[in-house]
Amino acid sequence: MTEQKHLTHDTGAPPGAPGEAPVLEIDGLGVRLPDGQAARPILDGVGLRVAPGETVGLVGESGSGKSVACRSVLGLLPPGALTTGQVRVAGRDVLTMSRAELTALRARQVAMVFQDPRASVNPLRRVGDFLTEGLRAAGTSAAAATARAEELLDAVGIRDPRGALRRRPHQFSGGMLQRVVIAAALAAEPALLVADEPTTALDVTTQAEIIAILTRLRAERGTGLLFVTHDLELAAAICDRVYVMYAGRIVETRRTDELFDRPRHPYTAGLLTCAPRIERDAPPPRPIPGRPVSLAEAPSGCAFAARCAHALPRCTEEPPVPARYGDGLTACHRADEGITL
Amino acid sequence: MVEGLRKRYGDHQAVDDVSFTLGPGACLALVGESGSGKTTTVRMLVGLERSDGGTVRLDGRDRSARARSRSERLARAREIQMVFQDPYLSLDPRVTVADCVAEVLRLHTSLTPSARTARVRELLEQVGLGEREAAALPRRLSGGQRQRVAIARALAVEPRVLVLDEAVAALDVSIQAQILDLLATIRREAGIAYLFVTHDLAVVRHVADEVLVLKEGQAVETGPTDRVLDAPEHPYTKLLLGSVPRRGWHASPAAPERRRPE
Amino acid sequence: MTSPATAADAAHAPLAPFRRPGLRGLRLFGQGPLFALSVAVLAVLVLVAALAPVIAPYDPEALDLSASLVGTSGDHLLGTDQSGRDILSRLIHGARTGLLGPLLVVAVSTALGTVLGAVAAWRGGWTDTFLSRSMDLVFAIPGLLLAILLVAVAGSGMTAPVVAMAVAYTPYAGRLVRGIARQEKARPYIESYRVQGWSGWTICLRHLLPNIAPTVLAQSAMNFGYALMDLAALSFLGFGVQPPTADWGAMINDGQAAVLQGAILPALAPSACIVLAVVAFGIVGEGLADRIARRER
Repeated sequence: MTEQKHLTHDTGAPPGAPGEAPVLEIDGLGVRLPDGQAARPILDGVGLRVAPGETVGLVGESGSGKSVACRSVLGLLPPGALTTGQVRVAGRDVLTMSRAELTALRARQVAMVFQDPRASVNPLRRVGDFLTEGLRAAGTSAAAATARAEELLDAVGIRDPRGALRRRPHQFSGGMLQRVVIAAALAAEPALLVADEPTTALDVTTQAEIIAILTRLRAERGTGLLFVTHDLELAAAICDRVYVMYAGRIVETRRTDELFDRPRHPYTAGLLTCAPRIERDAPPPRPIPGRPVSLAEAPSGCAFAARCAHALPRCTEEPPVPARYGDGLTACHRADEGITL
Repeated sequence: MVEGLRKRYGDHQAVDDVSFTLGPGACLALVGESGSGKTTTVRMLVGLERSDGGTVRLDGRDRSARARSRSERLARAREIQMVFQDPYLSLDPRVTVADCVAEVLRLHTSLTPSARTARVRELLEQVGLGEREAAALPRRLSGGQRQRVAIARALAVEPRVLVLDEAVAALDVSIQAQILDLLATIRREAGIAYLFVTHDLAVVRHVADEVLVLKEGQAVETGPTDRVLDAPEHPYTKLLLGSVPRRGWHASPAAPERRRPE
Repeated sequence: MTSPATAADAAHAPLAPFRRPGLRGLRLFGQGPLFALSVAVLAVLVLVAALAPVIAPYDPEALDLSASLVGTSGDHLLGTDQSGRDILSRLIHGARTGLLGPLLVVAVSTALGTVLGAVAAWRGGWTDTFLSRSMDLVFAIPGLLLAILLVAVAGSGMTAPVVAMAVAYTPYAGRLVRGIARQEKARPYIESYRVQGWSGWTICLRHLLPNIAPTVLAQSAMNFGYALMDLAALSFLGFGVQPPTADWGAMINDGQAAVLQGAILPALAPSACIVLAVVAFGIVGEGLADRIARRER
């Protein structure tokens, strides 16, 4: 994957925190399944950066590779996958870590919250054991670990934390259990929290509560947050910066306000106009024709060209290179012309 | 159309005295979170669950009881059809797209085989599917395409009412907009009334004429879409509306002030 | 609400398990080499049973008391038993009763169980309770006991054990079918046929049963192995096929005495055949079940 080196030196510096060493840097990340299993790479030249205390959104549809990208931060990759590039957490490359180093990384530096809380908690064990096992493994005494677990449950807004420690996962609703998972994720005070669609399986009112907790904790503790979602409106509501992915590549990244007001990539613009908005007098959603690129298809040139109203002959021939426009990057041959929404 | 509908599971009252009317060609959105009883309500309408009380009248005929005869079953099917949420589970994996539509026509019409084939093609065309998809098994299709098949299959019966149970919730946003567009076109052209079950208020704004908000089996608020969304009266409706993420949104009224991106 | 992301991501299967290409040649139907080997064993067994009269070197029932308990030799590859019958020939002929009995048991019990299970699942309520409790009742009676009782009433031979085993195996099939049919019935595709106005019969026969058939078939393959073992046990106890007909279970019984005289082949050879067949059926059954599970994902 030599042709995707272009992102290596320019991943759109975090505007909020100049000079501060990023907690996460992904450079030119390529993930490819072995021959014959997919026509195109799952990820191709992905570059991404999260500064301390920053909330970064990673938005895309199915098959965009957003989940694979965020799992790579913990060193979780599809079996047999071939990788190129680097995923650096606090300066160290996750992709070359040994098993022991990965365990240490997951225990201390990066925590992850998945979509389905029931799948991430052992259903047979008490919530207290689930919360304290990481702390105990790190050498904290039982009493101190329990006290810390209570403190964490309190921080995520669970009433009667002491009682909650003795209960089992099935006694919690999905939203409450997701709070427990977040509490466990924060137990080791990680520098980076990766959340993969953490509220997709929840009701809207519960989603609002979970998001409120995440934003508050992020602000209090200065944890960097990589928030993966398919919901552009949700990303707009909580993220400082947003990366938009399509078919394994990052097509655009910029600060949230600018991304929404002046998207430079036709796909970003398409996502903005196709999502139904609740405001009065919001224009009806305008569909993007066609459908997302599957792994069995390997379009030459820009992967979005087939669905793009602005495509030129050049777009299907030559893949666009991400280049700087305004405060972020856009990978589009016509990015300089601007798009009217 | 529906009056005082009730359903109880054990000592849990899933649907408690829900009533509403759906005019010909109108679109009513049933809105609520999980456990609100919205899905149970429509399952009673299409005959998948039996109600414990209340009446269902479709096109003036009482359909509260279970269909007893074949003709009653078919008559009810011609009054109301349904599109399910999960496009990956709502088609028989062993039946091709064309056969899936053809078998409905065989049950409900007396078309000759050649007329049936033509009608299948016409229906699939109406939902934007071509020859290649017609010959395919569901597993070869994407989620959006499968949902189109499910819509074509429902339209084949030419029902008066179409229930859409979270029919776009499992789709990618760009595909969701396509299906919403398709549904709007069909309603305009065929004059079918929609009963749109959803948790997504943003979708409601763009598809529904009227809204019925359900909470724990009870209807808490009902009215024209714009009135309910712009000037909600019930606190629960206000809470739902306040929870919809959007730019400059504060996650929860109870939550501390969020750091605003300047 | 299922998320758009997971449902569709799973369909595109970007995380499909990677298989080493070197092993791929050994895979049959995408399973491991063990599965392929087991299929081959079963194929050979069926062939042997079908061609028994042609390939068996001797008449399996021909006595030759002068050649009693002859060891392995060029004339008798696996030696002879106490009555001087060729063990290899008896094994080859024994494959016929060995496979025919379980085939009947599995065919009858699966057919019966499928009908009972499907009706219980589809009708639900009172019908379901009645059928399920009835199956539990049969389930509680040990199959071997039932067979022995039936043999006592109807006399020995193949019929009574096969009938008893078929009855005893019906609840296994019935419970399995009821479980998966209930799951399948709740799937939207079956519900959408109900909304279209099809009758329960039509939906069951045309859509529900064909879709659960692979799972039932996989379980049947495993049951086949168990039935083979149970019938062999009955023959061993003397309740099954009567001498001089060649049967693996009965052969072990015959061979017992010879073990004391130092000849282990008369008992060991049929035992090995039973183990081989039962294990092969088990592996094939599990392999098929795995394959179905993987396809469903």
